[in-house]
Amino acid sequence: MDNTTRYERLRERYLNGDLDRRSFLGLIGAAGLAYGVQTPFNKGALAAVSQVRFDGWGGVVSEAFREYAFGPYTKATGIEVVDGTFGGGDEYLSRVKASQPGEYNIAHLSGVFDYARYHNLGLSSELNEDNIPNLQYVIPKLSDVFRKVSGGSLSCVPYDYGTTGLAYNRKHISDEEMKEKGASILIDEKLKGKIGGWSDWRTRVWMGALQTNQDPNDIKDIDAVWDAVRTHRDLALKYWTSGAELMSLLAEEEIYVTEGWSGRIYALQEQGHDIGYMDPPNGFGWQECLFVLKGSPMEACEELLNFMLDPATSIAVAEGQNYPPALDPQKVDLGKKIPTLPAFDPTGTLSGLTFADPGYWNGNEQDWSKTFGRVQKGY
Amino acid sequence: MSVEAREARQPWILLSPALTAVALLLFVPLLFIVVYSFWLRTATGADQVGFFLDNWREALSDAFYRDILLYTLKIGVITTVVCALMGYPAAYFIARSKGNKAILLLLLMLPFWISYIIRTMSWINILGVSGALNSTLLAIGLIDEPIQMLYNQATVVLGLVHFLLPFMVLNVYVSLEGIDASLEDAACSLGATRWNSFVEVTLPLSLPGLAAGGLLCFVLGCGTYITPLVLGGPTDAMFANLVYEAIITQLDWPLGSALSLMLLAVLGALVLIYNKYLGMAQLMKGLG
Repeated sequence: MDNTTRYERLRERYLNGDLDRRSFLGLIGAAGLAYGVQTPFNKGALAAVSQVRFDGWGGVVSEAFREYAFGPYTKATGIEVVDGTFGGGDEYLSRVKASQPGEYNIAHLSGVFDYARYHNLGLSSELNEDNIPNLQYVIPKLSDVFRKVSGGSLSCVPYDYGTTGLAYNRKHISDEEMKEKGASILIDEKLKGKIGGWSDWRTRVWMGALQTNQDPNDIKDIDAVWDAVRTHRDLALKYWTSGAELMSLLAEEEIYVTEGWSGRIYALQEQGHDIGYMDPPNGFGWQECLFVLKGSPMEACEELLNFMLDPATSIAVAEGQNYPPALDPQKVDLGKKIPTLPAFDPTGTLSGLTFADPGYWNGNEQDWSKTFGRVQKGY
Repeated sequence: MSVEAREARQPWILLSPALTAVALLLFVPLLFIVVYSFWLRTATGADQVGFFLDNWREALSDAFYRDILLYTLKIGVITTVVCALMGYPAAYFIARSKGNKAILLLLLMLPFWISYIIRTMSWINILGVSGALNSTLLAIGLIDEPIQMLYNQATVVLGLVHFLLPFMVLNVYVSLEGIDASLEDAACSLGATRWNSFVEVTLPLSLPGLAAGGLLCFVLGCGTYITPLVLGGPTDAMFANLVYEAIITQLDWPLGSALSLMLLAVLGALVLIYNKYLGMAQLMKGLG
């Protein structure tokens, strides 16, 4: 709550008769005194912002950020961007949990459920959207889901989106067979020892829901889903844990089929591997955002977000990581490559993608993540 | 202050920086973990401060944790036995070689210059479907199709042996170096064959080194999580993987703390048993 909101609340209480005149003036006076005393120090603190910490996935994405956003930002503001990386959202959350407020500032997070987790743990901030004019170019649907979680305000800006679909080796599995079997190809006995899968409980449960013909956002028979996860486990050669491992397993033909991240599969196709990609009905759609953590220097972070949302930066990053940017194609010309990326929606409505319902998935997180830990190990 | 009192204080003064470091970097964090293990994780992922026995009850009574712990100990035993069988002849060869010991020891230490993770991942390029071994076997016509060699219990043990073998060799080598070579000659001069002199004289005298190497291999092997993660199949997880999952994936630091203390207690008990019967001196020699 800022000072203006506090004043308005006090005034309302005074006008409603809940607060006498003496107390009202006393509280306003005290607030004025506190403001007068702390402002010189506060100004010093604001002027002392010399760096902002950004954490992301590393690789080509970070390279694009450094070239198109961090460099120009530092040149314009004199504020250095400390560029860190993490292996996954869970690992990053553990690091943030162990840190002091303000130690970590901006993170390239995945999924609305992560946004909700951070918000529920009291780690969210409140962005002043007036300081981020480039937010106007973002697909409204992508911002709206975040607003719903944090009561109308934003603690992040949407940045890109993609899907976790089915990736398959065309030498061994035809496009027709994939269309016919969909997600059930991951539990096809015929492919025993040549199936892979991400060791992520959400993805495993989502695929289990598709394999048992259920709505992933409203699973009625979770036991059937766990049975499907067990079947997949017994047929799988390996649970992969990173995008690099996913690409290696497919490229080396250790596995013929797995679910995979659209951008990574596109990268394999670009390298010349004959890997097909298909989003089954109700396939897993997701979006990534640039999340500002509580305790961060807000104005400095907002300015950096504006640099990162600049169409030139967004497009360069999107072309580097092979995921469509959050920019609305109806408002911004996205160039030639982006319309060819998997999961790209030229209408900007994203009506063809199914996103995880954050309330539903986070409500089951504690139970399902633990159960998957056991199922994964043979139980 | 008397000379005796000053002399009695001197070791403590000299030891104080090391003791402070151990207290701050080992015992204080350990104390935090003990405290954490009695807290609870709430549905949102936040910790509930208090004194709850739920995590300990779950860790000690749930068959899931017991089974994975037993599996971990089993992998630790297999790895240690393989390291002993492979490491002893290598250590014997180095100890008895003349002139090139320094080079052989340098070669033994060479793997430590490369990251453990890189060394573990290198097996993918060797044993993979398109790896060096399959490619060679296909090229010379011994097989028609690549053999699936990766991502099973055997590759986990292989990765662990690759990581831990130098520890075993070093410990046995130090032990063998301390044995007077003339004892073997004396046994032979009394009518023993080379094999008899080895079995009756050298092997018993080198057992403390073998035990120290075994303890190191076992403890380090049981505590690893990288090797099963990189080289294991879907069901090859070890106990440290459970700790990782509880803390990182499930954000359940209290349960993760209880599980890590459980592993520490089991391995600590083994170290204490070792210390009671063989003493820590041999272990220090091997590490030195």
